[in-house]
Amino acid sequence: MELTLWTYEGPPHVGALRVAASMEGVHYVLHAPQGDTYADLLFTMIERRDRRPPVTYTTFQARDLGGDTAELVKRSIAQAVERFQPEALLVGESCTAELIQDQPGALAAGMPLGGIPVVSLELPAYSKKENWGAAETLYQLVRTLLKDQILPPGSSKPSPQRWQQEGRRPRVNLLGPSLLGFRCRDDVLEVRRLLDGLGIDVAVVAPLGARPADLLRLPTADANVCLYPELAGPVCSWLERSFGMATVRTVPIGIGATRAFVEEVCGLLGMEPPMDGEPSRLPWYSRSVDSTYLTGKRVFIFGDATHAIAAARIASQELGFQVVGLGSYSRELAREVRAAAQQLGLEALITDDYLAVEQAMAEASPELVLGTQMERHSAKRLGIPCAVISSPLHVQDVPARYSPQMGAEGANVIFDAWVHPLMMGLEEHLIGMFRHDFEFVDGHRSHLGEAAPVGDAQAGEKQAGELQVGDEQAAAPAGSADLPVSSPGGLPGLAWTADGEAELAKIPFFVRSKVRRNTETFARERQVAVIDAEMLYEAKAHLSR
Amino acid sequence: MPPDASPGTVLKESGQREVFCGLTSIVWLHRRMPDAFFLVVGSRTCAHLVQSAAGVMIFAEPRFGTAILGERDLAGLADANDELDRLVRDLLARRPEIRTLFLVGSCPSEVIKLDLAKAAERLGAQLAGRVRVLNYSGSGIETTFTQGEDQALVAMTPLLPSSDEPQLLIAGTLADAVEDRLIGLFARMGVDAVRSLPPRRSTDLPPVGKGTKLLLAQPFLSATARALVARGAELIAAPYPLGVEGSRAWMAAGAAACGASPAQIAAVLDPLVERGQRALAPHREILAGKRLFLLPDSQLELSLARFLNRECGMELVEVGTPYLDRQLLAPELALLPAGTAISEGQDVERQLDRVRAARPDLVVCGMGLANPLEAEGIATKWSIELVFSPIHGCDQAGDLAELFARPLRRRSLLSFAA
Repeated sequence: MELTLWTYEGPPHVGALRVAASMEGVHYVLHAPQGDTYADLLFTMIERRDRRPPVTYTTFQARDLGGDTAELVKRSIAQAVERFQPEALLVGESCTAELIQDQPGALAAGMPLGGIPVVSLELPAYSKKENWGAAETLYQLVRTLLKDQILPPGSSKPSPQRWQQEGRRPRVNLLGPSLLGFRCRDDVLEVRRLLDGLGIDVAVVAPLGARPADLLRLPTADANVCLYPELAGPVCSWLERSFGMATVRTVPIGIGATRAFVEEVCGLLGMEPPMDGEPSRLPWYSRSVDSTYLTGKRVFIFGDATHAIAAARIASQELGFQVVGLGSYSRELAREVRAAAQQLGLEALITDDYLAVEQAMAEASPELVLGTQMERHSAKRLGIPCAVISSPLHVQDVPARYSPQMGAEGANVIFDAWVHPLMMGLEEHLIGMFRHDFEFVDGHRSHLGEAAPVGDAQAGEKQAGELQVGDEQAAAPAGSADLPVSSPGGLPGLAWTADGEAELAKIPFFVRSKVRRNTETFARERQVAVIDAEMLYEAKAHLSR
Repeated sequence: MPPDASPGTVLKESGQREVFCGLTSIVWLHRRMPDAFFLVVGSRTCAHLVQSAAGVMIFAEPRFGTAILGERDLAGLADANDELDRLVRDLLARRPEIRTLFLVGSCPSEVIKLDLAKAAERLGAQLAGRVRVLNYSGSGIETTFTQGEDQALVAMTPLLPSSDEPQLLIAGTLADAVEDRLIGLFARMGVDAVRSLPPRRSTDLPPVGKGTKLLLAQPFLSATARALVARGAELIAAPYPLGVEGSRAWMAAGAAACGASPAQIAAVLDPLVERGQRALAPHREILAGKRLFLLPDSQLELSLARFLNRECGMELVEVGTPYLDRQLLAPELALLPAGTAISEGQDVERQLDRVRAARPDLVVCGMGLANPLEAEGIATKWSIELVFSPIHGCDQAGDLAELFARPLRRRSLLSFAA
């Protein structure tokens, strides 16, 4: 058993649902108890879709368990095929159905369904999760549809540059975009635009918007572009093995990555990459003097592997932030995240434990968190500005406006979205200078239109401390009225004098918890038990070397 | 009320059901009792459900979580009870302010027959004096949506102190303001001892006994009503306090059972009725004559249909309910027009065929169906909002009608023509 307050991914059948709902002409019969239809809301509410996802649930109840649930599965399959006339059928189980083992895939295989392709999904709900389920579903569906076309062993691989002989524009498949992926709708448009500018056509986009007939055309492209490795990694590898199709693996999120993407695509297709980069405003915005105060801002990054790795590169190279934490819940791509972290001198945090992420975040004391919907919870608790860069998402991250993450416009969107939560430069200076204002108080970000955080300037740090010490040390009740004398920072045996605390309170809000930690570490290394103002300056000088 | 008081035949259907499971009750119960924590014992699906429903709110301190079963638990390699004990210890170390811990059963925990009742007993004994540990099932195979609240309240009833003192006990979650208002009105009718279940603090449980008159504020409390009657309470038959008529009858029945005179009752309630009808009037103008189709969701459907038909002039095409407790709904059934088409259970595809054939003016349905029906040109009112809104009492009748008038008003407001 594992305690989960928030889960980064749904169960694997939700991944299968994402593939089915993203496509046209595919129907999914899901053996599941009453209530599992909640997943429809992910599509009708979060993605705001105008139609029901193409899923038939068996919705068995307790009273059905005494009867023949296998018969219920067969009835549901027959009715779904008759009513919806799909071009391909997915059959699978949810976690509860997995326990009663009716083998719905095998049942479907034995039914007369008019010869439509049937994919029996084996998605182990107790060991795998949503992205794995989506990737497996896409892979199994493509494999089922294309198995008759597989090149015989020993045949030569088609060249990605054969378009030159055939006298046509090169064409690629865009693989991975799906519903409930982060900004996939607009990423596809942006990448299409980018490729079109290079003279490259898009053959098939899948799963988003594709029909089974489109999947049959996958091998006609010159190469595959793996836009979302979490979803399309396995299918791209299989197409490579079975059809000799080359894969573009650079994900074009960020200026440098988009540039590398263009070079990779062009190199593969035998084209000359253009001299000029994509026209994005991010480079100039980031170089302009207004952005100087962004230099060295401490940022903590967590998300799926693709978006976390891309964010780390943008943050460190294109915005001048200091990345103080990098992690992902995508175990399948842990190696890539570890490599990216190593380049930044960090150790990657690979976990799906929300509490572990929260603790790492508290320990890193960042000034900005780039994470998922889940990190917004922790950031609120710790009082840290936050922007969402990856699924899991909620309804506000499926906006009406054009909001890609990829390509040139994606970089523009990213600049605005990441800088917005930070305190603006002038405000930051003035709060550092004058600390007695009645309106612009400690930690207040007036450009967000929020009410001033009256009287709880230290709440963030205090709670951060409580995370590590289960039973909090008794704070001295009397004496220094509003200044706790014992350390809430999780380092027992250390105490702050009143003047030490007063000095600490003068440090600007967003770096204060980091200074507190640094000073305490410094004091401990010197075996000093009481921290006063001098000790704080001592530590500051020591650490600034 | 004899059971044959029902106005029409009830269509019983089985097929795909597009409803929530009882776990969803956590989404409002955690706010009603902020000192309680809801720990679902289930799968990642359960965790995903609860956070999909509630995760749009940002929690500094989550008030619910899931103990996710892993392969080791299923294979019996890990002792489920040891695992649960460890998890609860970790949770309580992090959240020492929790006073009541609900272990909420799910489909997986029910199917593998994990004995959460025993676990709650054991943990409760270990944590005695600090935290109460209770157990109920919110599984989809056993409970539909609001039945989760019913099960949670049933779990609380054994902890209610015994007292035969006369009192009025209102069962069913009410919005704070509504609760205060209703208690104030009962006081004006001379009924002072009024308590609520669930309480606002999980430790502040009302007593129950022979002097207890039980008034259900919600129609989905079948098991709770039985459990409270078993403890000596007397169930008052009344329609539910939705709309002016239902609320007046409900309050009058409660006050009369507690000894208020008809004159006292009329003096307090009649002005409310007059004012409530005035508040309804503008919405009635929009709703009157419109054809209404309710899909099963919360068991509130019959009461809503009664209100919208009698007080707002709507025509009822079909009234679906996930479960029909004829005893608890008898006063409502008696008020529905003769021949009302009522359906119990669901085969969602066939029900949607009926919706499309009837082309009603307004469909009350869940969020899985609302946007798709809107896209087909059919106006909808998504039903879950009715569980999250202050809709009870004469003073709320206007607001309740407004919830149904709003989508129709909105449709007439929006125009994208040149």
